[in-house]
Amino acid sequence: METLEKKKPKLAVWKFASCDGCQLSLLDCEDELLTLTDNIQIANFVEASREVLPGPYDLSLVEGSITTPHDLTRIQQIRAQSSYLVAIGACATAGGIQALRNFKDVKEFIDIVYAHPDYIETLATSTAIAAHVNVDFELRGCPINKQQLLEVINAFLYRRKPNIPSYSVCIECKQRGNTCVMVMGKPCLGPVTHAGCGAICPSYHRGCYGCFGPMETPNMSALGDWLLQKGMPQKDWVRSLRTFNVNAPAFKEESRKHEAREKNQDH
Amino acid sequence: MKQEKRTRTIKVDYLARVEGEGALYLKIQGEKLEEVQLKIFEPPRFFEGFLRGRNYSEAPDITARICGICPIAYQMSAVHAIENAFGITIGGVLRDLRRLIYCGEWISSHALHIFMLHAPDFLGYESAIHMAKDFPEKVEQGLQLKKVGGMLMSLVGGREIHPINIRVGGFYRAPSKQELQSILPALKQARDDALETVRWVASFDFPDFEQQYTFIALRHENEYPLNEGRIVSNHGLSISASEFDDYFEEIHVEHTNALHCVLKMDHSPYHVGPMARYALNFDRLPEAIQLEAEQAGLESVCLNPFKSIIVRAIEVLYACEEALRIIDAYTEPVASFVEIEPKPANGYAVTEAPRGILYHRYQIDSEGDILDCDIIPPTSQNQKMIEEDLRRFVSRYLKLSDERLQWYAEQAIRNYDPCISCATHFLKLNVNRS
Repeated sequence: METLEKKKPKLAVWKFASCDGCQLSLLDCEDELLTLTDNIQIANFVEASREVLPGPYDLSLVEGSITTPHDLTRIQQIRAQSSYLVAIGACATAGGIQALRNFKDVKEFIDIVYAHPDYIETLATSTAIAAHVNVDFELRGCPINKQQLLEVINAFLYRRKPNIPSYSVCIECKQRGNTCVMVMGKPCLGPVTHAGCGAICPSYHRGCYGCFGPMETPNMSALGDWLLQKGMPQKDWVRSLRTFNVNAPAFKEESRKHEAREKNQDH
Repeated sequence: MKQEKRTRTIKVDYLARVEGEGALYLKIQGEKLEEVQLKIFEPPRFFEGFLRGRNYSEAPDITARICGICPIAYQMSAVHAIENAFGITIGGVLRDLRRLIYCGEWISSHALHIFMLHAPDFLGYESAIHMAKDFPEKVEQGLQLKKVGGMLMSLVGGREIHPINIRVGGFYRAPSKQELQSILPALKQARDDALETVRWVASFDFPDFEQQYTFIALRHENEYPLNEGRIVSNHGLSISASEFDDYFEEIHVEHTNALHCVLKMDHSPYHVGPMARYALNFDRLPEAIQLEAEQAGLESVCLNPFKSIIVRAIEVLYACEEALRIIDAYTEPVASFVEIEPKPANGYAVTEAPRGILYHRYQIDSEGDILDCDIIPPTSQNQKMIEEDLRRFVSRYLKLSDERLQWYAEQAIRNYDPCISCATHFLKLNVNRS
């Protein structure tokens, strides 16, 4: 046991531009937290502890997106100190909702929110962690699912592949025995959205709004064409893709395609 | 030795056990505190910018993403402000369900702060995880209490972080009586745990630090405030949410990415959150809870911010009792929401987030799209007050060693449970002594 104690793996949690919700998911593991901390050493988790231990770290969990010049260098330093680096949540895997700036002039946003824009230092874009450093795994969701987080931590500590399915929300919906909300006439992003939430929106009689981002190889245009044919205005389809995973490639391309069509119709 | 001229600098580059990224800087010249800065370096995310052009129906889901610790508060202020614009008031069971989910967030957020973030300060630990080695049953109790808050949010809202079931007009689906009753055993245990927590935190040592504050909170005609009420102060203010802009002002300060909110008339700071709510609404608490507060050593007004931990525990106890009351009285509504007819209008709302009043204002066009909006979270309202507390506290306790002074200064900041993610729309401690 003594040798095990010496070799407790070191976990670090890092924050970039985000709402703190995904790192909170770790503290939300109320039943497992103390068992987890018996088996791993929390070496850097500023939201939970004043104690900060020096690297290198066995596993780094990174929350948030890259939006400032300072964070561009900070993520490089974190990567250099980490054996494994896992991006957690929609901000870290796709840029988050703050990536809406990528589609506009960020200066306009700064002027709306701040009286002295010259005090603010920010990049023109919000980007995923993988756009800057090599990422060993991306855990999706806005927010992530805490059971999936525990699975990922376990997998990396035992050097195995995490068991995180990349199919669509539709599969989870069927597993729950839900009636399809599309049948009830409600638009739903479930067919193109990455599983992981447990199909909660349809279970609450609401269409999925895509907070886990695109599934692996989604058929975006099939869903888009179907929804438009059913009467969804083009503008609403663009909006529904431009939320928490706006900069995920599949959602971005589909929304740009329809935005262009919308503009052509206007002319 | 020119000791009286020594410059001491206390710097905390990355404040721990607060939600978000902030820093503290103190500069002490001899026997005088020269400078106090609470810096928020959390990167700005520009929510008010990208809400322009979005549909009103998207506001509850989008604004929730400002904060993973208090998403319900954002959803509640958003739906009430938009309903205010459209001239709709939600009553009956749907109103009760909104109170119920908010109780869940108060329990979860307060338990997180009491056990994981604040108690370690009083007992001398770096974190709750370190504290768990000596107080395993207390940390376990705190986690279970927090869990019950999360269960309430998941039950009514679909999940605890960024709930999916809240919409303008009500809910996508109302839970069945049976679903709500399933949480009763856990909730009754939580009430007992909350009562023990009040007695436990009341036994902590508190520095002598009674302050005079301008307290601002909601006040409702017969309830402890959550979603409704007038904005009142201990100095006679009583206004509606639509008058907020006339009395409060946001100022952009150079050292921070958050905006400081002050009283317009004299640019003075004010105090929002549990201590303000408690001071202005003590008579709205059930008699049994008032008695518990008195036994815990609180009067009807608490002026020592270090004792805010007791007030938070009292509010957890209240939220458990209120949730039990709501579930007991619950009958499933006929419709889970009221149909909305958008019209061009302005809407305003203030609700009581765990950390204090949260203001939302929306200007909406005839299509239901948002033309302009304004969001003022509790931490940006408290930020100037926190700096003021630090100034008063550090000036009084200058003789302490740098290490002790830094510990207390951090604790004085955590008294407010600051949420930096919210305020960036907070903190690094630097003490600089000359």
